[in-house]
Amino acid sequence: MKPVSAKILLVTAAMLGGGYALADTLSYELPDETAEFKPGPGVELAQANCVACHSADYINTQPPKKGHDFWEAEVKKMKNTYGAPIDDADIKGIADYLSATY
Amino acid sequence: MISRRQILKTAGSAALGAAGGMAFSGMAARAAETAVLPFANGERPLVQYPGKRPLICQTARPPQLETPFSVFNEGIITPNDAFFVRYHLANIPLDIDPAAYRIEVKGVVEKVLSLSLDELKAMHDPVEIVAVHQCSGNSRGFFEPRMGGGQSGNGAMGNARWKGVPLKAVLDKAGVKSGATHVSFNGLDEPALPETPDFVKALEIDHARDGEVMIAFAMNGEDLPWLNGFPVRLVVPGWYGTYWVKHLTEITVLDKPLDSFWMKTAYRIPDNDCNCTEPGKPADTTVPINRFKVRSFITSVTDGGKVDADAPLKLRGIAFDGGSGIKEVSVSSDGGKTWQPTTLSEDLGKYSFREWTATVKIAKGEHELKVRATANDGTTQPEEQPWNPSGYMRNVIETTKVVAA
Repeated sequence: MKPVSAKILLVTAAMLGGGYALADTLSYELPDETAEFKPGPGVELAQANCVACHSADYINTQPPKKGHDFWEAEVKKMKNTYGAPIDDADIKGIADYLSATY
Repeated sequence: MISRRQILKTAGSAALGAAGGMAFSGMAARAAETAVLPFANGERPLVQYPGKRPLICQTARPPQLETPFSVFNEGIITPNDAFFVRYHLANIPLDIDPAAYRIEVKGVVEKVLSLSLDELKAMHDPVEIVAVHQCSGNSRGFFEPRMGGGQSGNGAMGNARWKGVPLKAVLDKAGVKSGATHVSFNGLDEPALPETPDFVKALEIDHARDGEVMIAFAMNGEDLPWLNGFPVRLVVPGWYGTYWVKHLTEITVLDKPLDSFWMKTAYRIPDNDCNCTEPGKPADTTVPINRFKVRSFITSVTDGGKVDADAPLKLRGIAFDGGSGIKEVSVSSDGGKTWQPTTLSEDLGKYSFREWTATVKIAKGEHELKVRATANDGTTQPEEQPWNPSGYMRNVIETTKVVAA
């Protein structure tokens, strides 16, 4: 069991305008991530390359039928701008999956 | 053994007491529902995060949560538990020790500071400002042609009473040296990979020292919600949310513009009068996004709603701009052919939502209600939305279709 009751007390004290004299670390628990990639040829490439930095809903929520150029540009942006360790050989396969499935 | 459900319930009760009657009822029943934003692929789950009511989950990691639009009809202030959330990087802080928390002030300053939260609060009498916070990409999902990015409806905005210390007071305490041109801001959120550019933003020095930009420690009379930047965030009244750095820990005075992806490449708008391009085309030259464009919404009637024909129909809604204040709001019940004035309600300040009310009468059949705000600086809303590659700054005259019977 986590020592949660002390944390709740501290949050309450802070809300009531008290100082931060009680030394304790507050924690936040995120809900479970539930979004999954849509099934389709090459889905394992997306699973292997995309989820280190973001959940699958980053892809699931994009406008439909944006096409191969759009998705290839997105994959290249992830590699070149955000530093995702995507093999050059996999870029086309990921874009193929995304453009065919979304 | 305390279950997580019980913890949430307990924390909710504490928040309930502090907020003086905020409604948490029915949240368990609504948590499994979905919301449908009115554009293609607009279905989203409603997910409840600790300290929040069920919100429209755009993305889970990093969290991007949108406020259901009905919240804006509850009142002029957006409750903390309904306020939208937008992070850029997956490593958001999940453990914070307020007693050990420090804000570093460094760079082109006489004296480097490392401020505890208590020291920050003791530095200056607290100031308060009611200000709209709005994501640059609020309403992106409505652009045509569509573009990539977060596909928000109209709920990536909110209006809160922020309380904090003027950034100017902190900069004055550190002593800004001559030659300073910009100030950059960094928070605790970090990328999942070291290769990803950290989220750091900058303002010009005169803006940073205008006395209104604030390091906020409270929102609507409570501590900042965790996902809205606990324990302190930057508040930049009238400017798009990208500058409102959360979990603020580093303030750096610079003698040149910040050389960062998030300033030089991202969050740029076309450098022309309409901040627009031909749809589908890139901009020739760009500038960093800055002040809000004027917007207004009807909140009391939803699109596709049914109303009584030939009877007084009371309308209400909100309007705001980038800080000149709202001069007037007009409504049309005939698709924009004729317009009638509305009554503006209490003025909570030039950066706040301004409530408007009006009464119209419409005959049987389908009608297009429209609302149009004009700001004190003379700007108003366009009939057609200009397009820009990133889908920022949407502010078209909104249309709400109703059926009168």
